[in-house]
Amino acid sequence: MASTATVAAPRAAAAPHAETGLWSWITTVDHKRIGVMYGVTAFLYFLVGGIEAGLVRVQLFVPNNDFLSAESYNQLFSMHALTMIFLALMPLTAAFFNFLVPLQIGARDVAFPRLNALSFWVYFFGGLFLNVSWFLKAAPNSGWFAYAPLTIKTFSPGLNMDFYVLGLQVVGFSSIIASLNFIITIINMRAPGMRLMRMPIFTWLTLITSVLMVTALAVFTIAVTELMFDRLFGTNFFNTVSAGADPLLWQHLFWMFGHPEVYILILPIMGMVSEVLPTFSRKPLFGYNVMVFSGILIGWLGWGVWSHHMFATGMGPIADSFFALSTMLIAIPTGIKIFNWLGTMWGGNLRFTTAMLFSIAFIAMFTVGGISGVMHSAAPADLQQTDTYFVVAHIHYVFFGGTVLGLWSGLYYWYPKVFGRMLDEKMGKVHFWLTLIGMNMTFFPMHFLGMYGMPRRTFTYADNLGFTALNQLETVGMVVIVLATLIFAINLFTAWKRGEVAGNNPWGAATLEWSIPSPPPVYNFREIPVVHSRMPLWEGDPALSGGIPHGKVDETTERITLGGTKVGEVRDVTDENKMSAHDLGIHLPPPSYWPIVLAAGISVFFGSMIFRQVTGPAHNLWYLSFAGLVTIVFAVYAFAFEPGHSH
Amino acid sequence: MDHAHAMAGHAADPAHIDTSTGLDSRKMAFWTFIGSECLLFGSLIATYMAYKGSSLTGPYPHDTLVNGKLEHGILNIPLTSFSTFILLMSSVMMVLALNAVQKGDKSGSVLWLLMTALFGSVFLGCQVFEFTHFYHEGLTLQTNLFGSTFFVLTGFHGAHVTVGVIYLLTLAYLAHKGKVGPEKTLNVEIAGLYWHFVDVIWIVIFPLVYLIK
Repeated sequence: MASTATVAAPRAAAAPHAETGLWSWITTVDHKRIGVMYGVTAFLYFLVGGIEAGLVRVQLFVPNNDFLSAESYNQLFSMHALTMIFLALMPLTAAFFNFLVPLQIGARDVAFPRLNALSFWVYFFGGLFLNVSWFLKAAPNSGWFAYAPLTIKTFSPGLNMDFYVLGLQVVGFSSIIASLNFIITIINMRAPGMRLMRMPIFTWLTLITSVLMVTALAVFTIAVTELMFDRLFGTNFFNTVSAGADPLLWQHLFWMFGHPEVYILILPIMGMVSEVLPTFSRKPLFGYNVMVFSGILIGWLGWGVWSHHMFATGMGPIADSFFALSTMLIAIPTGIKIFNWLGTMWGGNLRFTTAMLFSIAFIAMFTVGGISGVMHSAAPADLQQTDTYFVVAHIHYVFFGGTVLGLWSGLYYWYPKVFGRMLDEKMGKVHFWLTLIGMNMTFFPMHFLGMYGMPRRTFTYADNLGFTALNQLETVGMVVIVLATLIFAINLFTAWKRGEVAGNNPWGAATLEWSIPSPPPVYNFREIPVVHSRMPLWEGDPALSGGIPHGKVDETTERITLGGTKVGEVRDVTDENKMSAHDLGIHLPPPSYWPIVLAAGISVFFGSMIFRQVTGPAHNLWYLSFAGLVTIVFAVYAFAFEPGHSH
Repeated sequence: MDHAHAMAGHAADPAHIDTSTGLDSRKMAFWTFIGSECLLFGSLIATYMAYKGSSLTGPYPHDTLVNGKLEHGILNIPLTSFSTFILLMSSVMMVLALNAVQKGDKSGSVLWLLMTALFGSVFLGCQVFEFTHFYHEGLTLQTNLFGSTFFVLTGFHGAHVTVGVIYLLTLAYLAHKGKVGPEKTLNVEIAGLYWHFVDVIWIVIFPLVYLIK
């Protein structure tokens, strides 16, 4: 390992000898670069989804507003949901999976590096495809759940829902192959000694999430395929009008996916928080085993609760009771997690960094969202609350108070590992407080509005209903969130340019990713570590120097100062970073451009089905579909037979 | 070096496996993929079952009394029993192909891979015949709930068989070129997993769609 030095590593350390330039990024199969690409793209979509939400809130600022038409309002709230769920939050968690999982388990790469690149590019093109709909004034307009039969051609004649069925098939395909890759990586690529019960909790929850994704998205794929067949080829799956189809089929298929989906969005976040809290409490995670098993239980029960979204459809008392009970049961493993996080902090030596603050806020806000979730699980109460703003409040406390706060916590925590530089803590704390105040101003009044009877998904309201003041408060809260996010974006950018150099382990954390330089060299580990414990850097593993012994501060090493206290150590990693994989005799998979070609072929094929409707029968663009198909077949063969991938 | 190779996720040959579980990653990935496929087919089958017998208009799959008048069912059970038998036999061919590859029997590998593909093609031929026949009888995707669910479910399965036939033909060509020796057993084994899976799914579809009234 590199020698310890008192000086900070120069900027060179932040750009480890990897090739540069656009082409190297397009053809990269390095999981860390793919992680960064996921992160940057998804953050941009987070801003897009935020703009959509902002417009919705401007429309609702005063009663009887005509800032937006009802149609644009429908498109905006639908695309806000689709963008946030499929293009921002899921890919942001995927960014963390990509960057961190191989580092946490001591692997050089994921199991299938090119498949990993493929899943990114399919997501990339799928996201563009969905957003092209704006330029045709035909963005999806039926909410993210696209309830059929309202979405069949009879009732939604435009292209709007065609974009939905085609775009989400593409995005869903990306998630399925990505999760397949992570399941195999975690099961099969662990460093020697890294038993399942020694894996970092984030890796564990990534595994559970991936299993949920690989199964739930398959159901969703069939649901949207059936809707696509209805819309494009005239089948009758959801045709209740002339064929007698069951109006509940779509809802069952959709929620069979849709409910596990919310666990897909929250489980990785629980993993992140479970890494951040022990580090800044200087205590091991309380009840590691229970955390793992409650995670598995949440994943398992997540499959048995889908019909609690359908209490109002009249399924009957037996079905309603079953789904009410199974939903209440999920609160138990979730509650266990919350107690364990509190137990982790209890009696700890707490350090309130921005990452820690976001994690603590996550516990509080996610609890609020969880409790309103349990309120919905009682069928009689749900009949009152459903389709009101109360549901909107609940989902935003889960997704914003849960997923987003946890993601930001993770970003502050791992940003130094990714870019080799620290985010500014002062800006971070301003970001944190503004976000916390803004989100509560925006989403908390929604509980009251829902109870007063304000329906969700309506583009305006009358002025004598008593909704005005709370709506205005929410819109002001939205402005606060925008302000906070701007500060965050500036922080992300300036830290990348000239942040304080981080060193290997600025937080004094316990897991493997902190034993290597920041940013990690392309080959990750110079030698594959042998793992002897769950917290290799805290339990004094001699092979993994650079850690700080648990519970005491080592005065012999130089430390980074953070808010006046020295918290981490600086190592000179320049020498190690200058060595290429080749010099070390490490074999890495070669770059490949077939993933992007294949992803482009898939998008052309799916896109052609939209554009042949735009151009009309005169040019039915069959050749565009054909070109897409040929590209797919050709790229699949080229991908499979590409030399050099199996040395 | 060897250790590093395995860790980077591309173990040289199947004989040399160095993963956490000792199992090859590609095979494990394929099993996971099959798990996902089960949910895909499961959703389609569930849709079929949910709509079984609820078509408002004919043609109907089985003999049905409509307003006191007997309408003859459209499904040709003898033909499909034959094609089902053929598809099941193709799985035997697949096993023989894998056996030949393991033993390094080049001509046997080519022969049995081609035979598997041939049996698969006969199954597909029966399906094409069936689909065109139904079309002339007035059953299309658009006709009724039975048409929509039947064509999409069996068509989705047929598409999987088609991909499998292309997959097998590619392997047979490679075997002919001498590129599928015993060291490539895993490639054939994975193709076999895929092929057997497609057969197993048909074993579920056949009774549900054709035999149960």
